[in-house]
Amino acid sequence: MATTVIPFGPQHPVLPEPVHLTLKVEDEIVKEAIPALGYVHRGLEKLADIRDYHQMIQVCERVCGICSMIHAVCYSQAIEELMGVEVPKRAQVLRVIWSELHRTHSHLLWLGLFADAFGFESLFMQFWKIRERIMDINEATTGSRVIVSVNVIGGVRADLSPEQIRWILSEVDIVEKEVRALQDTIMNDYTVKARTVGVGVLSKENAYLLGAAGPTLRGSGVAQDMRMLGYGGYSEIDFEPVVETSGDCWARSTVRFRETLQSMDLVRQAIAKLPEGELAAKVKGNPPEGEVYTRVEQPRGECVYYIKGNGTKHLDRLRIRTPTFANIPPLLAMLPGCELADVPVIVLSIDPCISCTER
Amino acid sequence: MIGKVIDVTVDNVVGEVMKMKNDGHRLVTFSTYQEGEDGLGILYHFDKELETTHLRMTVKRDAPIPSVSGVYFAALLVENEIRDQWDVKFDGLVLDFNRSLYLDPEVTQVPLVSNVKIEPKK
Amino acid sequence: MLFTPTVIKNLLKKPATRLYPFTVREPFPNYRGELYIDIDGCIFCGTCSRKCPSQCIEVDKNEGTWTCNPHACVYCGICRDSCPTKCLHMKDVHRKPMTERIMMVEKGEPPKPKKKAAAAEAPKAADKKAEPAKADDKKAEPATADKAKKK
Repeated sequence: MATTVIPFGPQHPVLPEPVHLTLKVEDEIVKEAIPALGYVHRGLEKLADIRDYHQMIQVCERVCGICSMIHAVCYSQAIEELMGVEVPKRAQVLRVIWSELHRTHSHLLWLGLFADAFGFESLFMQFWKIRERIMDINEATTGSRVIVSVNVIGGVRADLSPEQIRWILSEVDIVEKEVRALQDTIMNDYTVKARTVGVGVLSKENAYLLGAAGPTLRGSGVAQDMRMLGYGGYSEIDFEPVVETSGDCWARSTVRFRETLQSMDLVRQAIAKLPEGELAAKVKGNPPEGEVYTRVEQPRGECVYYIKGNGTKHLDRLRIRTPTFANIPPLLAMLPGCELADVPVIVLSIDPCISCTER
Repeated sequence: MIGKVIDVTVDNVVGEVMKMKNDGHRLVTFSTYQEGEDGLGILYHFDKELETTHLRMTVKRDAPIPSVSGVYFAALLVENEIRDQWDVKFDGLVLDFNRSLYLDPEVTQVPLVSNVKIEPKK
Repeated sequence: MLFTPTVIKNLLKKPATRLYPFTVREPFPNYRGELYIDIDGCIFCGTCSRKCPSQCIEVDKNEGTWTCNPHACVYCGICRDSCPTKCLHMKDVHRKPMTERIMMVEKGEPPKPKKKAAAAEAPKAADKKAEPAKADDKKAEPATADKAKKK
């Protein structure tokens, strides 16, 4: 059988961001996939040399638009640990609320894109319609739909008023109801199952060895979620990771769907435990010499920040490992053996965020 | 820094990483930082049931570094990234992009070597 | 088939979207929109230009000008929050698309140097003070230019 080489991307109807895969195909079966990155590399880590450690928050937020809040939380936590700053309890819980709202809208966005990938466009529009409510909450409470920019070193710079809390709770209830109405479609519909069940299977051992992160890892049956570490306000909240065991595209989408519902619950829990108090601690001086390694859970998985301070206001080194970066090797392991028509679905099932990956 | 830090050298790094793999650790990523004028510090981060372990290795940038991508396939992307950012060579990299993972082929500069750092005010 | 109830519901409802340019949603009051300055309140301290993460604001104390590049602004609102006289504000709507590049230049009355009344050498001293600051700027510029080239 002769081998045909088919380029996939960087521009492809299913890809929100540019990534290229060279697919070696025999008949209709993919035999090998080789990635090529670098279409949206911005060199943000290098900016730590010329922006001071306060300004880097805004840079970190722009590593990835869709999980901007959680990038900023991870960076702030790293600097706070380096400088020994105690974050007020209220700020920690507020961070949880906005983080979970971000997770919800990111997952809803992904569920829509995933439905679009297998050609279910009305489901895509339905998910995005629900997502608008979360975007409105973000806009009303923080001042921006996506890049909420509420983090500062030592706390947050926006607050929730009692009216806003009541409004958020009622909106969250509506979102949960509307998402639940789509549960049967995304999990049990015949056409959806025909495109997702048994496609792109990643075994538990492979997922672990290839360093998969987030829903890709949990869809293969490994119960690992950085929120189990109890960082920040998560220490006060009951949390159980969502796990599916079949390891295919269906499992990954189900994990994200169930996490959306779980996030709604976490928002309610966090609001119930929101203490009174200060919004931000005073931060004085520069980060001292030293190293910090922090991890948080983003919608796409585990995000790692490594920071090396040198006693000046400019950091010596800022290293960001984003979840998609970890999920590309598992993707390369999923693709061989699948049909060419399933490639878009499998690529999308890891929730690729390419500008995150390349920073 | 959270977690145990183990110092390794160029000679035993592959063996130590192999040991971590046999112990059931998951490779999270590597971090790099500049060490002196021509040195490079590499931290290998591992995770096992939310416990973190780091291996620290300091190397010279002009000498080749043994690749661990044969042990953990997932190391290939991060090793190519380090190759892009610091212009170092890895021995035995399973898929070498030859400094073109992120950068254009005509780029010869080394992005992460400190050359634009703003000096602190005296 | 499981999607049918949603389809029927949507058929009977009004559209979820608006006819945008004709119907515009009410803006949320805290929205971080277009940045503007109340130049009469400005004391030209330069805090906004130092705090700005995208370094898009320039303040000239001697000339009394405040310059902002709205195309580089990231609408984070840090300058507004850190302004000591609260003369920076943000509208609750975003800036409309433009066909050409603009710079926002506002000219105001710079604060009088305190020593001005005392002696004639005061302006000289002020000049001397201004010089090292300019030199610093020059130092910083090539560094950023290097970076731009490298990219």
